[in-house]
Amino acid sequence: MSETEFAPWLNPGEKPLIRFRNVTKNFGDFTALDDLTLDIYEREFFALLGPSGCGKTTLMRMLAGFETPTRGTIELAGKNIVPVPPNRRAVNMMFQSYALFPHLSVWENIAFGLKRDRMPKADMDARVEKMLKLTRLEKFAQRKPHQISGGQRQRVALARSLAKAPKLLLLDEPLGALDAKLRQDTQFELMDIQEKTGTTFVIVTHDQEEAMTVASRIAVMDHGRIVQADTPANIYEQPNSVYVADFIGDVNIIEGTVSPTGDGKFSLHWKEGQPPLTATSDRPFSAGDACHLAIRPEKVAISAQEPEEAVNVVKGKVLDIAYLGNLSTYHVELPTGTIIKAQTANTRRLSNRQITWEDTVWLSWTVTAGVLLAE
Amino acid sequence: MIRRVLLIAVPYLWLLALFLVPFVIVLKISLSDIALAIPPYTPTLDFSAGWEGIRTFFAGLDFENFVWLTQDDLYWKAYLSSVWIATFSTAITLLVGYPIAYGMARAPLEWRPTLMMLVILPFWTSFLIRVYSWMGILSNEGFLNQLLLWLGLIDTPLIILNTNTAVYIGIVYTYLPFMILPIYAALERLDDSLIEAAEDLGCSRLTAFWLVTVPLSRNGIIAGSFLVFIPALGEFVIPSLLGGSQTLMIGKVLWEEFFSNRDWPVASAVAVVLLLLLIMPIVLFQRNQQKQQEAET
Repeated sequence: MSETEFAPWLNPGEKPLIRFRNVTKNFGDFTALDDLTLDIYEREFFALLGPSGCGKTTLMRMLAGFETPTRGTIELAGKNIVPVPPNRRAVNMMFQSYALFPHLSVWENIAFGLKRDRMPKADMDARVEKMLKLTRLEKFAQRKPHQISGGQRQRVALARSLAKAPKLLLLDEPLGALDAKLRQDTQFELMDIQEKTGTTFVIVTHDQEEAMTVASRIAVMDHGRIVQADTPANIYEQPNSVYVADFIGDVNIIEGTVSPTGDGKFSLHWKEGQPPLTATSDRPFSAGDACHLAIRPEKVAISAQEPEEAVNVVKGKVLDIAYLGNLSTYHVELPTGTIIKAQTANTRRLSNRQITWEDTVWLSWTVTAGVLLAE
Repeated sequence: MIRRVLLIAVPYLWLLALFLVPFVIVLKISLSDIALAIPPYTPTLDFSAGWEGIRTFFAGLDFENFVWLTQDDLYWKAYLSSVWIATFSTAITLLVGYPIAYGMARAPLEWRPTLMMLVILPFWTSFLIRVYSWMGILSNEGFLNQLLLWLGLIDTPLIILNTNTAVYIGIVYTYLPFMILPIYAALERLDDSLIEAAEDLGCSRLTAFWLVTVPLSRNGIIAGSFLVFIPALGEFVIPSLLGGSQTLMIGKVLWEEFFSNRDWPVASAVAVVLLLLLIMPIVLFQRNQQKQQEAET
């Protein structure tokens, strides 16, 4: 690993900025957070990802101070912040609805937090100007929120939450209301701003692509627990469960039982009468364990002729082709009825495509292409 | 085209028949002289006399009654006292109504229709009966005094009925729903995340209320205040039933001119001045409504 790589979570000497310790939150009978423990480090861009109701919003609102845990402690820079009210925390939040004050101009919205701190007029002017410049809103300073576009409103909300230079910035589905193109641009803008200001960002999103793009680490949540917290690449390549593999991107899951064949290799017996599949894993499985093999569609090769020297080969029939422009996804039905997805880049023109519907094809992948998962 | 004209004509005809024509009649009476006749004023328009009749009719009109209003200090004192009573009661209604509206807007969603019903419910009984009931509550032997005596808080009954205090109580009670409903409408639309955003940016609960909740319910406050102030200014029933002899309100003066003195011309002059007095707040109110609509579009 190079020294410039940003990975404080791998350094045991590093002190986390935020520390959730055994945090539980109950709303009546509903458990929003279930004994959750999590460290977030300074300068991280940390994404909380999960379906609605998984507890990601509750987690964020606890950081802002709008919810208190039923049990457990939350530390910010080593201090327990559970009893600290929202207005005394060095934490600011960008709301999903933006929550801009409709009766105040863009300038006054950004200055709102600074005025509460009784910042001297000259300093405040300079700070607001800086924020306006950072978010490219100089021209709109005197407008009211209803006189600007959705994208501009989103930037005002960001500028307002950054104005007080918080230790921690919370972003609640910040790009939810923007259209796809603007969203992409804004994601890069966010990353740029995060880098420039050096603020720690925690973002809540249900859009896995957004999380993958912006985050240094992603926590995938389900039912009030963190299923896996890791870098986007590890989440994608090394998911720790079928839930994570399935939540992030597209995946083929093949169920079976494993038997170790030594050298970190395992063979997966998945269907009666089919040759076993081979995969590597650094996890210790013993013979007869039930197991899932997760393979990403882009790691499955498709060919019209039977490939030579491939370890894992299955034969099937093309059921469907999803054409995505740059990529095509083939849905291949095996004789066993299982459907496997294979994705290829469309490097040739469509008219030159060799494979079409109802063709017999061979799918193949290497021993390291898939991940063996216990659950 | 004709359909459009007809459609636009309807409200104008309505205003013409039910506002402008009656107003012109009242204005005409206010310019007339008192007479022992039926109707009790002169001149009356005599069409049978032709052109000459119309000329003598207009020659008979003068501003004598308006001049009279400035000469007797009863009238300007009554106007001034009405403005004061209306202003003061509007302020009290706001102070009482705002917390109620705030509580309603913050109540659980399933409770809100019930609370709204409770605010409107008094309108289902006659207004007169409700004012009479207040006489029963506020009089020397009334329920309030009996309760306070029984609790041992007072030794002698409080004199409330037939004082200005009773008038304030009556006006606040009667017009409270007009204050609550527009404020509630404004507060209910308020996004909770705005308050959270204010707290997040360093406001305490109280400053968040002052800097966000109050300014954003401003239109409701203004609408509610006008809806209370305008009818309270010309109020007659409440001061005459609950107020005492020292309670001076222009509505009462008007009634006495009309029915006790049978001086229709002076009574009409009082009414015309009252209308001019009311036009100012009504125009302000309309402008506020218009600004609000513009801000929303």
